[in-house]
Amino acid sequence: MKISQNPLILLTFGSLVLCQLSGQEQELLNALTKVGSKGTGNEQAVRAWPAVKKLNASSIPKLLEAMNQANDLGDNWIRSAISEIMDREGSGFPEDKILSFLKNHGNTGSSRKLAFEIIREKKPDLAKDLTPKFIDDREPSLRRLAVGDLLESARKTDESKRAKALYKKALSKGREVDQIKEARDALEKTGEKIDLQALMGFLVKWDTIGPFDNTDRKGFGKEYPPESKIDLQATYQGKNEKAKWSAFSTPDPFGMLDVNLQYGEIKEVLAYAHTTFEADSAQPAQFRIGSKNAWKLWLNGELLFARDEYHRGKTRVDQFIIDGQLKKGTNVILVKVCQNEQTQSWTKQWEFCLRVTDFSGTALHSVNSTK
Amino acid sequence: MNSSIIAVFVLFLPFSLFGNWLSFRGDNGNGIIKEDLSPDIGLESNSSWEAKLPGRGLSSPIVVEDLVFLTASSGPKQETLHVIAFDIKSGKKAWERKFKATGRTVCHEKTCVAAPTMVSDGKVVVAQFSSNDVFCLDLKGNLKWLRGLTYDYPNAANGLGMSSSPVIAKGVLVAQVENDAESFTAGLNLKNGTTLWKKDRPRGANWTSPTVLGRGNKQQVALQSMKGIAVIDPETGKDQWLYEDGASTIPSSTVSGNTILVPSKGLTALQARGDGKSHTQLWRDNKLGPGTASPTLSGDKFYVLNKANVLTCAETKSGKIIWRTRMKGPMSGSPVSTKDHLFVFNEEGLGQVVQLGGEEGKTIRSIELNETILCSPAVSEGALYIRSDNTLWKLSD
Repeated sequence: MKISQNPLILLTFGSLVLCQLSGQEQELLNALTKVGSKGTGNEQAVRAWPAVKKLNASSIPKLLEAMNQANDLGDNWIRSAISEIMDREGSGFPEDKILSFLKNHGNTGSSRKLAFEIIREKKPDLAKDLTPKFIDDREPSLRRLAVGDLLESARKTDESKRAKALYKKALSKGREVDQIKEARDALEKTGEKIDLQALMGFLVKWDTIGPFDNTDRKGFGKEYPPESKIDLQATYQGKNEKAKWSAFSTPDPFGMLDVNLQYGEIKEVLAYAHTTFEADSAQPAQFRIGSKNAWKLWLNGELLFARDEYHRGKTRVDQFIIDGQLKKGTNVILVKVCQNEQTQSWTKQWEFCLRVTDFSGTALHSVNSTK
Repeated sequence: MNSSIIAVFVLFLPFSLFGNWLSFRGDNGNGIIKEDLSPDIGLESNSSWEAKLPGRGLSSPIVVEDLVFLTASSGPKQETLHVIAFDIKSGKKAWERKFKATGRTVCHEKTCVAAPTMVSDGKVVVAQFSSNDVFCLDLKGNLKWLRGLTYDYPNAANGLGMSSSPVIAKGVLVAQVENDAESFTAGLNLKNGTTLWKKDRPRGANWTSPTVLGRGNKQQVALQSMKGIAVIDPETGKDQWLYEDGASTIPSSTVSGNTILVPSKGLTALQARGDGKSHTQLWRDNKLGPGTASPTLSGDKFYVLNKANVLTCAETKSGKIIWRTRMKGPMSGSPVSTKDHLFVFNEEGLGQVVQLGGEEGKTIRSIELNETILCSPAVSEGALYIRSDNTLWKLSD
């Protein structure tokens, strides 16, 4: 399981780059790209770090390339090395090579974003010219900049036709919820109807079963029958009476499944929601879930992630982004969503929303979806 | 005293005597200003300045030697983490390092990813963020080590954001990462960031910061949670003594010598015994419960701001209330104080200076900064440092 922070899959050609270095520099990059979780590799990185002082601005492209094979921790080590070098080197930087690196979509999103930030710091006008070209970029943070430009132009123009066209483009190119919302709101004011469920790929048709007992929050860790076998015809003992599966869908534009509507505003309970996702090929995907309740998410029987926290803030779209692997054909998705004992008005929600996307945030649709 | 003796004496003086402010609420985490600070500080002085800050931030500044440090978080998801150093004389940025968050950055709107205050041992500075990324840098901005504690333990997060500020004791960085799901405190080797120990802690959202008791090799760290106080050995993480009568999860405890003022059932004063393994309860008063701000010390008195923004002065030894005065709130930041004056900033950016030492507290001066202020001030060499999201101010007289 991995909670996704870095949207592009790490590439492996960085090892070629390391071969072009020698001595202390190679040792440095080897150490930084091997930093692992829980402090592993930290001591080696600390030992190798003095080599940063021997690098100059010409090393920056190599450091960016090494970032391709680093995890997020190694990424931060390399980021700091580049920052130290840039402080030392003043205005000089290898513009052409960094520009070329930025344009190479084979590099990871994180390293390309840093390349862009270097250009933006050194050559702001060039960065401004580059920004619109990111409109279809797979790296969400770069794409966001281009969509941001569209939204800004739409806000500023006095021509309603032009504004509408810009908002439409922003809506179709946007991948992040705040930008999509802004474009949607502006377009709906002009009478447009926007199907956000389809645009963003929310899963809205479910079968649910419940309520099961979650007294003292113990149900979160208890394995009720749906966790071991999905049988939509089965009936089980629920908290107070027999529980059986029933179809449940949501009209909410952001795919929010309000479980209270199914079972009433009750406390210390939990429910399961099941759906299927037909994929036309095996592919990596992101499962983007939002919930202010404790929840668990399974894909094809594998627990992707579990979060045992209640009512700390509101439910947000894309609150948790979890990497998973869709198989070709039918994929079974199961969500366990729990409600606790709190009685304050802000604790009555029992809900979640879930969408499936690729690593750029583009919605993936089940091939059997009517949306 | 001859000059060589003076030289040796000066060499071994604690950094704090040189005007450093090394952690949240000062070197000892109790808001005491060891030097003098004029009540007339303000923006008008020639040595005052203001500096622009990126993104968001409610961490308090710290001061080490001739630099003031703070953190910020920027980007649409506050995913860019900044550690920034400013020259204390000019206010010019000395250096800035940017990292990317490897943990969760979702927060309540009022707080932000740059909520915990940095800490220093005088040689390195350590920044922790709500994403539980931890960075150790030297005073010139060279990275010494980093950790991603939510990267390591993906359920270590709070949907509202984390805010606990780390402390350093006996060469160990003690980082409280306490929340509803994967709740722990870690002791990290200050030299290389490796985990010396990791200790399971009560599950529950916890925004309080640890406090250090004692000095030198006798240092212990008090961890506060809804369960109470666990005083641990920073080298091993092992419990030395426990107070299990519950405590607040927002205002932190304050240490005065061997006494800890704990926000518990109002306020409870605990005295650590000399054996380092036990304690005595000195007093408890449910009328002394703090709101968001933590208690502050001055001389033999302490000062508590309650939820109604009433400032209470009481005796540390007995808890006896001396006076109360209503301040202009709302308050999130904790006060700091000299022996004569208390300084506090409300959320509307209004600084208030209270005259201490008399039979009643009197607000003698106001400083209008007109930006949202949620942090606590730092003080060094006759100047006070305070920040909003967008601005860092140095206020001198």
